Amino acid sequence: MAAITSKPARYGMAIDLDRCTGCGACMIACAVENNVAPAHPKATPRTGITWMRVYQISNGAQFPESRAAFIPILCQQCGKDTPCAAVCPQEAVEVDPATGIVDQMPQRCLGCRYCMIACPYHARYFNWWDPQWPPGMEKTLNPDVATRMRGVVEKCNFCHGRLHAARALAAAEGRRELHAGEYVPACVEACPAAAMVFGDLNDPASEVAGLARDQRSFRILERLGTEPKIYYRTARPWVRVAASRPTQPKEPRHA
Amino acid sequence: MLKAIGRARAPRRCTTNQFLLWTLPWAALLAFGLYGAGLCLVKGLNQTNMDNRFVFGLWIFLDLTVIALGAGAFFTGFLLYILKKRELQAVINSAVVIGFICYSGAMAALLVDVGQPLRFWFTFWHPNVHSMLTEVTFCISCYLTVLCIEYIPIVLKNRKLRQVPSFLVFEFELHKLMPVLAGVGTFLSFFHQGSLGGLYGVLRGRPFAFREGFAMWPSTFFLFILSAAAAGPAFILLTTWLVSKISGKQLVGPGVLPLLGRISGILLVPYVLLKSIDTLVWINSTSPARGFTGYQFYARKPFGGWILFAEIVVFGLVPALILLRRRLRESRGWLLSAAALVCAGIALNRFVMTIQTLALPTLPFDPFMSYLPSWQETATFLGVFGYGILIYSFSFRYLTLFPQEKDLQC
Repeated sequence: MAAITSKPARYGMAIDLDRCTGCGACMIACAVENNVAPAHPKATPRTGITWMRVYQISNGAQFPESRAAFIPILCQQCGKDTPCAAVCPQEAVEVDPATGIVDQMPQRCLGCRYCMIACPYHARYFNWWDPQWPPGMEKTLNPDVATRMRGVVEKCNFCHGRLHAARALAAAEGRRELHAGEYVPACVEACPAAAMVFGDLNDPASEVAGLARDQRSFRILERLGTEPKIYYRTARPWVRVAASRPTQPKEPRHA
Repeated sequence: MLKAIGRARAPRRCTTNQFLLWTLPWAALLAFGLYGAGLCLVKGLNQTNMDNRFVFGLWIFLDLTVIALGAGAFFTGFLLYILKKRELQAVINSAVVIGFICYSGAMAALLVDVGQPLRFWFTFWHPNVHSMLTEVTFCISCYLTVLCIEYIPIVLKNRKLRQVPSFLVFEFELHKLMPVLAGVGTFLSFFHQGSLGGLYGVLRGRPFAFREGFAMWPSTFFLFILSAAAAGPAFILLTTWLVSKISGKQLVGPGVLPLLGRISGILLVPYVLLKSIDTLVWINSTSPARGFTGYQFYARKPFGGWILFAEIVVFGLVPALILLRRRLRESRGWLLSAAALVCAGIALNRFVMTIQTLALPTLPFDPFMSYLPSWQETATFLGVFGYGILIYSFSFRYLTLFPQEKDLQC
């Protein structure tokens, strides 16, 4: 296994859309890992919090030619002119130069939501309610991840708590470097179809870097020039067209 | 002696009972607004109909519009104190009060609109100097302070307060500062009006709003400055006429309103020209380069191509042509219609930038979004309106907003 060196990393993800079954395990694993509270009774799909959201698209054909595909959308960790980081008025969004991860600092967030407008992927979520867990369920909270309060924005950070834990383990073993596979976000770990691969895009030997170079790989809204670090891959031309063509008026369903 | 002068100079006003009756509905509106805003502050923004996609709504539209309409304060001050356009002395006090109302109302709405209002000072403590919102926050806060200082001499002109000699001295000293304050206000206003446009123009993730520009400023930065400078005098024109109608008094000389209209018209022409060029560049170059065709922005009802036509022609070119023609400008009906069109145009432009930007999806497989404000949002909006009317009513009754009034009533 290739080691992730102490040189600046550029963590990214490759998602195989042909493997994704839309089961939603990644969404659940993400919520549990990152202490995302159960939805408020009055929450709607547009006011709930899901750092990872799986969209369902179809080829628009009638049975028996109709086909469906699922596209998991999470923060795309934009690497260039990161839209959310550029607009935050009080530096509550930070791009870590050591990892390339776009971090949100809820404790500094004003809740102005300007970053949410700036994000082309709609991957940022606002806490419209105070997070609440049913009695007893608070025991399941992940101690490595701080909960957020009402009135702030949050989003995927590639399970930053896991990165810290992996670094702490490496330090305890006297290492400055992380091994590949030592730090993996919860969604990648939970995917039963192994549709997601995570790693350092700066390491040419890594699996994720190889997949990113695959001819079938593409990035969503690539022409915006924000250099997202999530690569999608499909062998089905209609999926690629539907995921990267200009916006169409058709309404999709959320998984 | 001073008391006698004060009495002689005071313009006639309605009785106290009539005035209280007038203020009642506006006070009720303000109370309703405070209740709605209070619910949002105590229970959170879940009281609104905003969501993770429509994160800006009625309040930001209100803020952008009133700040543009309130631009009359800085632009009139600039013309009067810097360019020495003396005729505008007749409306400067009213313009300052309108500016104060607009800016303080917008700040109040903004405080309700953020998720963590108690953290408002974080922007000053941890400023991101690259963010347009930082520039907006700094400039609006500073300019509201300038407006408060500009308001003080108007308050000190009250006939009761003039009986205190030290207030007279203070007012005299403040008057010497006015050109400096007008200069500072103009500088701050140019920047924050522009930055409000920049807020949207820098959104590279929203191809409907994103614009190329000059150095760090997108074209919307300059368009917002020009459009606000054009709308400010038009709004002062409208309010002066309205106050005159309601109070039944002539407040300014016959040449003042046409002059305001002319200023508005002169500024509208370059705005319409630049806005047209900007739209052509955006539709033919900026947007296609990012994978979006101009057509798709207007393919969803109700945001059809008509909105662009209305913005540029109906609410831009038409009033500009009316206001530039002396004969039409001197006809009260044409003048007021044109000023109303300018103000409606600025509101439409701010609506498009706020609401249409958010309604249009960017992801290829995402739906078109709609939003209808909740009653709490609407109440807060109406509360700001009621607050504005109340402040203006009290100022009109107890202060000298139109210095020519007393001469005209003799």
